[in-house]
Amino acid sequence: MTEATAEAPAAGRPRGTGAVLRDLLRRPRSAFGLIVIVLMVGAAVFAPWIMPYDPNDQMFDGLSLEGAPLPPSGQFWLGTDLLGRDLFSRLILGAQTSLIIGVLANGIAVVVGATVGITAGYFGGWIGGILMRFTDLMMAFPALLLAIVLAAIFKPSLLIVAMVIAMVNWVQMARVIYTETRSLAQREFIEVQRAMGSSTLRILGRHILPHLVYSIIVFGTLGISTTVLLEATLSYLGVGVQPPTPSWGNIIFENQTYFANAPWLVFFPGLAIVLLALAFNLLGDALRDTLDPRLKGRH
Amino acid sequence: MTAPAENPGRGDAPRPVLTVEGLTIQVATPDGAKPVVEDLGFTLNRGETLCLAGESGSGKSMTALAIMGLLPQPMARITRGSIRLADGTELAGRSEREFRDIRANRISMIFQEPMTSLNPVMTIGRQLTEVLLEHDACTRAEAPGRALDLLRDVQITDAERRLTQYPHELSGGMRQRVMIAIALACNPEILIADEPTTALDVTVQAEVLELIRALQREHGTTVLMITHDMGVVAEMASRVVVMRNGRQEEAAPVRALFAEPRTPYARELLDAVPRLGRAPDRPAPDRTRDVVDVADLTVRFPMRGGVLNRVKAQVHAVEGVSFRVAPGETLALVGESGCGKSTIGKALLGLVPWQGSIRIDGQQMAGLSPKGLKPIRRNIQMVFQDPGASLDARMTVGRQVAEPLQVHDLARGSELQDRVAWLFRRVGLTPDQMDRYPHEFSGGQRQRICIARALALRPKVIVADESVSALDVSVQAQVLDLMRELQQEEGLAYLFISHDMAVIDQVADRVAVMNLGQIVETGSREQVLRDPAHAYTRRLLSAVPVPDPEHVRPPVLPREGGVGSPVWPLGQAPERQDLHEIAPGHWVARPRRTRAA
Repeated sequence: MTEATAEAPAAGRPRGTGAVLRDLLRRPRSAFGLIVIVLMVGAAVFAPWIMPYDPNDQMFDGLSLEGAPLPPSGQFWLGTDLLGRDLFSRLILGAQTSLIIGVLANGIAVVVGATVGITAGYFGGWIGGILMRFTDLMMAFPALLLAIVLAAIFKPSLLIVAMVIAMVNWVQMARVIYTETRSLAQREFIEVQRAMGSSTLRILGRHILPHLVYSIIVFGTLGISTTVLLEATLSYLGVGVQPPTPSWGNIIFENQTYFANAPWLVFFPGLAIVLLALAFNLLGDALRDTLDPRLKGRH
Repeated sequence: MTAPAENPGRGDAPRPVLTVEGLTIQVATPDGAKPVVEDLGFTLNRGETLCLAGESGSGKSMTALAIMGLLPQPMARITRGSIRLADGTELAGRSEREFRDIRANRISMIFQEPMTSLNPVMTIGRQLTEVLLEHDACTRAEAPGRALDLLRDVQITDAERRLTQYPHELSGGMRQRVMIAIALACNPEILIADEPTTALDVTVQAEVLELIRALQREHGTTVLMITHDMGVVAEMASRVVVMRNGRQEEAAPVRALFAEPRTPYARELLDAVPRLGRAPDRPAPDRTRDVVDVADLTVRFPMRGGVLNRVKAQVHAVEGVSFRVAPGETLALVGESGCGKSTIGKALLGLVPWQGSIRIDGQQMAGLSPKGLKPIRRNIQMVFQDPGASLDARMTVGRQVAEPLQVHDLARGSELQDRVAWLFRRVGLTPDQMDRYPHEFSGGQRQRICIARALALRPKVIVADESVSALDVSVQAQVLDLMRELQQEEGLAYLFISHDMAVIDQVADRVAVMNLGQIVETGSREQVLRDPAHAYTRRLLSAVPVPDPEHVRPPVLPREGGVGSPVWPLGQAPERQDLHEIAPGHWVARPRRTRAA
């Protein structure tokens, strides 16, 4: 037995979710990401119970005597907006919208993108040609313009906004997965499978997909942040989630004109978006490393 | 042709040009610093060739990189010891900036893979002049002339034309010659050659080795050669340092080492080297029926081009090849790279489209759908060259060995577990290793896993495509023993594809020599290897390095006619070789009429 096989015997075993979770919490960066995500999801789920005020209540004491929004204070932790609504409560409820969009839109984009990428990459030929030319076409089209047009055609609602974002976002995923699948399909261990007589479905599911999971995770988590940002952009342009439902994006949109006088109205929702994006990126990177059997034990 | 005895520098009082003392190199690993070279010491004398020999992981390449100041940063560093040039210049611990002057001017290096060492988007001429100008070896006006001289020095044909060509337009041997020309551009005192011929065909290897010797005679360059091949050691070295696990095992003049190795490891290493003509006898297989019957097999790949992407020409990878293999028999397919031997293996497994007839155990494979092929596939399996690449890195090895049984639905549940455990024991592994991933095994163990996977379906034929080429000699011998044992017990037939004549001599009953997609000679091992009739076979055999320093190898026979190309315009095909029997079972192609390639 060589040295390579003599190391900690348990290390090579396929690990359960618990072990992966423990590993993620042991790394400072991924632990940070995980905690931020858990807090945000928690806030979204338990929003009705933890919001200090009704987020849509235009409070009389939420405005100064001159009618200006209030800066952060003991009463309104993050201040109030132009209509005297509590910003903290709106951010908590906005987490719901932003996370639903993030998970839903991104989920659709990941599934569509990965399917297109794998199909085009593994089969190649004219199928791959058509699929990838279509992907190129989508890529060349300005994403924002497409989103605005689609959002203008359909009446904006949470679901429609999610679909629009997914339609714009699957393209990058398809490109990445296509390239990787192409190189994987030519590797020797795939040739072994074909020599063995394995069905295409088995090859794709058991041998190609596990190698792609890591790219999917990384690009998927990266996608969550771009999705939330795109939703913010759409909301900012007024074609996203419609008021009074708060989303982090439309909170910024509503208050942008008062940025100079009431900077907290833009700063805190902006911070929330940045934190969410950062958290998912850190977690994605760490997940990729943790799940690779060859990198186990390295930090 | 120089025997080691005539090497310059021998006989004169040795003048050291490089002294290595107490060299220790550590590499950072997740478990802390690990020494890869420990307390290594040797001197390199002017004009001699010193070989650092050893198996993978012995630290020989690390030593070379340390001398060149090319250790991978920041993972590896020299922790102790010194590397000194003749004038007392200390190399250990020098900065990158200071090293730039030493490289090329005083020490230069050539690597294993000339394609990756050359810049693919620069012409050969520019790459040569760049080195000359960078090190102020000549003026800008002189540079093209000097570059041409250098190419002539390394005996490249058509040197003028090569200057304007790009690396991909040259053959592997020519690329390595260009690398040597670049390395020698500034007339260094020391040339470090790290496995310079490992990626080349034997005939090309012989030519490159001869070139290195010739240059050494002319320029008096000192060569530090790193190799795992004891044949190359015997041919090139004046002295040898045998390394193992980063330590020096034995240092001796080459003749003394081969005649009488003092350490057990050196003896083991030399004993494991397969030698042509010293193979054990093999039991005669039952030739009454054939388990593989290939007739008129042709594989052509289309080459597309032009605006409409139409097929312009075809690569005739395999052209009308026929052969048979009996149960328990090993047929070796041998030839230089690109001769089509691997393509035959792939065609047998249905991995490339082919025409002709392939019968496995009496069942015709031609014209069958993938579904119809599936039962026949059970009888033929393949073991590839690189066990690392043919195993899925993200699946435990136990599950991978179980896969063929699942795909063909032959076992499930606990029966499947038992079968896999049995297979693991069968190839000399233990069932408790089933839950590990491929990267936790050594190269030899991985190849055993691949063999276990191939055996899972109890095939009648195994195609072994260069299956031991990537392994160290000692491991190679063990894997070959395993394959032989399996053959005897299970009556397996092997189609053994290899470029290594000595290995083929060990395993084959019959040998078929291929050139440009066709068989040029076939017969029993004795007939083909001891009494070759075709010029191509003779040339191949004459190039095999012999692991014996006393043996003076005659110069490699010249190639008959041009190199030839397997690419033909649409509608044209190479002339079929016409085999005729010169002795019972010994078939040879008639001498080829010269044709325009």
